[in-house]
Amino acid sequence: MIERAIGEEDFGARLAFDRGAAGRRAVAVPQWQGRETPLPAAHLLRDSVRLPELSQGELVRYYTALAQRNFGVDTGSYPLGSCSMKYNPKVNDVVASLPGFANAHPAEPEAAQGTLRILLDLQRALGAITGLPHVSLAPAAGAQGELAGILMIRRALEQRGELGKRRRVLVPDSAHGTNPATAAMAGFTVTQIPTAADGAMDRAALAAELDGSVAAMMVTLPNTLGLWETGIEEAARDLHRVGAFVYGDGANLNAIVGRVRYGDLGIDIAHLNLHKTFSTPHGGGGPGAGPVCASTALAPYLPAPVVVEGSTGTLALHRPRESIGQLQQFHGSVGVLVRAYAYIRTLGLAGLRAVSENADLNANYLRVLLEPHYDLPHPRRVLHEVVFSGSRQRKAGVRAYDIVKRLIDYGLHPPTVYFPLIVDEALMIEPTETESREDIERYAAALVAIAEEAERDPEALEEAPQHTPVGRLDETRAARRPVLRWPGPETEPCGSKGTVER
Amino acid sequence: MELPADLRYTSEHEWVRLDGDEGTVGITDFAQEQLGDVVYVELPEAGTQLVQGDTFGTVESVKAVSDLFAPVSGEVLERNEALQDAPELVNTSPYGDGWLLKLRVEEPAQVDALLDAASYRSETESA
Repeated sequence: MIERAIGEEDFGARLAFDRGAAGRRAVAVPQWQGRETPLPAAHLLRDSVRLPELSQGELVRYYTALAQRNFGVDTGSYPLGSCSMKYNPKVNDVVASLPGFANAHPAEPEAAQGTLRILLDLQRALGAITGLPHVSLAPAAGAQGELAGILMIRRALEQRGELGKRRRVLVPDSAHGTNPATAAMAGFTVTQIPTAADGAMDRAALAAELDGSVAAMMVTLPNTLGLWETGIEEAARDLHRVGAFVYGDGANLNAIVGRVRYGDLGIDIAHLNLHKTFSTPHGGGGPGAGPVCASTALAPYLPAPVVVEGSTGTLALHRPRESIGQLQQFHGSVGVLVRAYAYIRTLGLAGLRAVSENADLNANYLRVLLEPHYDLPHPRRVLHEVVFSGSRQRKAGVRAYDIVKRLIDYGLHPPTVYFPLIVDEALMIEPTETESREDIERYAAALVAIAEEAERDPEALEEAPQHTPVGRLDETRAARRPVLRWPGPETEPCGSKGTVER
Repeated sequence: MELPADLRYTSEHEWVRLDGDEGTVGITDFAQEQLGDVVYVELPEAGTQLVQGDTFGTVESVKAVSDLFAPVSGEVLERNEALQDAPELVNTSPYGDGWLLKLRVEEPAQVDALLDAASYRSETESA
């Protein structure tokens, strides 16, 4: 345990209720000069309420302290593998906040022809980028786009009269967790395909599973090891030969955008996570956007609505003939979609190509810098991310978890750990294209220093991080037994069980 | 992999030690090895009635959250409270201090019908 004397400033740990003093105000509200008509006492729930009383300066310092505790991509490198935490250009936000977009009313979509034009152009751009020309922008997130895609395959099989016998979806064991979850949610059973020694899916194991009971294979390109699925074109042909569809998880499009099109590989349908490849905001509970891009054969099933152009040039929202239906109210997260459009138009094809080239170059540079110090289970050229194993350090008693907590002491954001599950003590690093050469060298230098610390003094790493306002937290308990009320357990003994401890 | 011969096992990687009508339940050495570092264990309170095959709790490791399945039917007599503060006992001592539950076993015959150490070993090796 790290004990640290905390003086007057507590970096925002004390709540607003515990700051300031009675009678302080952030603004002077003018006295009401008219006649007072008090509410009847019988209607009052209580006669006073304790509210924070802070001066404006105290209030601003409190919120600034909270903001300074945050770490975002605007603070520094944030190479969470599988998340593509790239820097998002501010021009995206400027465009999305233009009054014509920001004030368009969702109940009158056809009146907003300009917004619809942007959405139509975005559909066309994503169709051109993926080689899957039929696009619906409606899904509210990548996972919903994925569900939409598998439901479309399900509907197509139903129409072919084959749903009864095609009950299985094949998923490589390197897949994102959402893939098997999506297949199961759509009513299919999941068959896992193992990974071969080269880090691509085991083609012999795949061949052994191919028969008339297969509805689809879900494949991520490149896969979650950051590796290309060698022979994916042949695998797609084999799937088609037995009458099954090929679903592309487009989460890693940022590794190949502008250079490879899913449609050319034989993929029938794919979803895209706009926050990854196309630099829209990440997380925060949404809204997100996960467009789904389909071949001509699957186009009739796209989720509604899609934007179509009439013969007079008027744009309208359209429900495809055999649509799986509507996934959310109105027509998708338009503010997010406009940002993705701004990004694509700012960069153009040459710029998008540079995005994927630099993402791959950065990941490979990091791979070369770190390979002497950390185990690399699949030592070949990667694309946008690289997955090391902390197994060498584990032998000295240092876990991947300890390594990344130590990174925080170097002022750096940890990478993803313990994913993908098929790599022991996984350290999954995705620098993204927006990090400079110096940023990558600094990150590598910190990880090299930590590898040396792991050899020299493994126990010290268990104490990390030491240079932060709080030390190592029990993250599992914080999630499992969150303390969601104030005052907290320090003042209320009844809340003492299951609190978050340092 | 350690597999004590006096225990019975399930395909869901749990073990039972029967003593009279009291059964102690835990997860196997193989299971803890596969899960990796266990960070949280969620168990039912004493008095809970379990039916064989029901999920009765979860084990969370740094990798994943896994359901626990009742190997036999019975009433929970005691849960291992030590796991609240030291879930890593499941890793360091899966057959000892890392036990999960003590049950009053309804039908000892259910225990006899579970896998013996040799059968369980061959299941994990063919997996």
